[in-house]
Amino acid sequence: MEIISKFLEKNGIVFTFLVVSLIIYCSELISVKATNKKIPGSAIAIIFGLLMAYFGGVATGGEKGIADIKIFSGFGVLGGSMFRDFAITSTAMGASFIVIKRTGLAGVLSLFLGIVLSFIGGVVVALFWGYHDAISLTTIGAGACTYIVGPVTGAAIGASSDVMALSIAAGVIKAVFVTIGTPFIAKYIGLNNPHTAMVYGGLMGTTSGVSAGLAATDPKLVPYGALTATFYTGLGCLFCPSLLFILMKFVFAD
Amino acid sequence: MIIYGVGILAFCYVVGQIFGEFIGKLIGVDANVGGVGFAMILLILINDWLKKKNYLDTSTEKGILFWSQMYIPIVVAMSATQNVKVAVSSGFMAILAGIVPVLICIAVIPFLAKISKSSQID
Repeated sequence: MEIISKFLEKNGIVFTFLVVSLIIYCSELISVKATNKKIPGSAIAIIFGLLMAYFGGVATGGEKGIADIKIFSGFGVLGGSMFRDFAITSTAMGASFIVIKRTGLAGVLSLFLGIVLSFIGGVVVALFWGYHDAISLTTIGAGACTYIVGPVTGAAIGASSDVMALSIAAGVIKAVFVTIGTPFIAKYIGLNNPHTAMVYGGLMGTTSGVSAGLAATDPKLVPYGALTATFYTGLGCLFCPSLLFILMKFVFAD
Repeated sequence: MIIYGVGILAFCYVVGQIFGEFIGKLIGVDANVGGVGFAMILLILINDWLKKKNYLDTSTEKGILFWSQMYIPIVVAMSATQNVKVAVSSGFMAILAGIVPVLICIAVIPFLAKISKSSQID
């Protein structure tokens, strides 16, 4: 037993190929047999992944889902930001530059609206929960952008660690919600063309949520949504601790 | 050769990401600003140029297409490494702070889609 687990640890990424291919095979089977292809196989596979992540978190108390279990540590490499961004870049092969240029203005607008609206959404929820100081409100609002913007902002303006944890949690929930929700709401918001996908990516901003959600909806849309979403976290880290924090201090002066 | 395709992709990735890091530094942010986005645009442009010059054979193309086919498996691995436990156990406020912004943003999609479609005509 020990020999096997040692071997799997050492060959983590190859073992991950094996496990992921099995997950996808089972998910395709479930998609065809149980849902008559109504729920795409990739959506089921992603939900499988999230369940594994939950299991890993409960079993180890760590932060990296299933990758915290040693024999599954290869998931952390394959699912880490390097391979993710490398694969996202490759999807641009199928994208049309003309479409991107035409949607450019709406894409930029969606980025700014996405950051400001998410921020306001987070701040309003925090207000209802009794937070009234500009630092906590800004940090939670930033967390409502993405789980990276939250802690970066909190660290910059000196938020307390429990507020920081809260802002990370809000960002993670957003990512998971967008991942699961996208294929189900796509129909109702007209998310079936590159233009809307670009706007969607800019508004939601969570690269992991948008890229996984669009993959489950229609893989052709991935490059367009990912293209705008990839600017979001950087812009969020720019605006939340500066302009938006100054505005918050102005409104909630004590 | 397949490795040429992988190499082209890696070139775009490295150049785009470094560019994103520099932009982050330039505007004083501790994050990569649009690195992947720049990499994608670079790949589209290089791909176009190579096609026009007829430098791109199918096996080179396969080196890039392989990775775009690996995209969903990578996303599955990524979702298996999310901090789902925190998301589930973080209490009602964090859940609302994560979901409410998404709902607000969804509400403005029709408005923005209209802008993107009207700019299509001209």
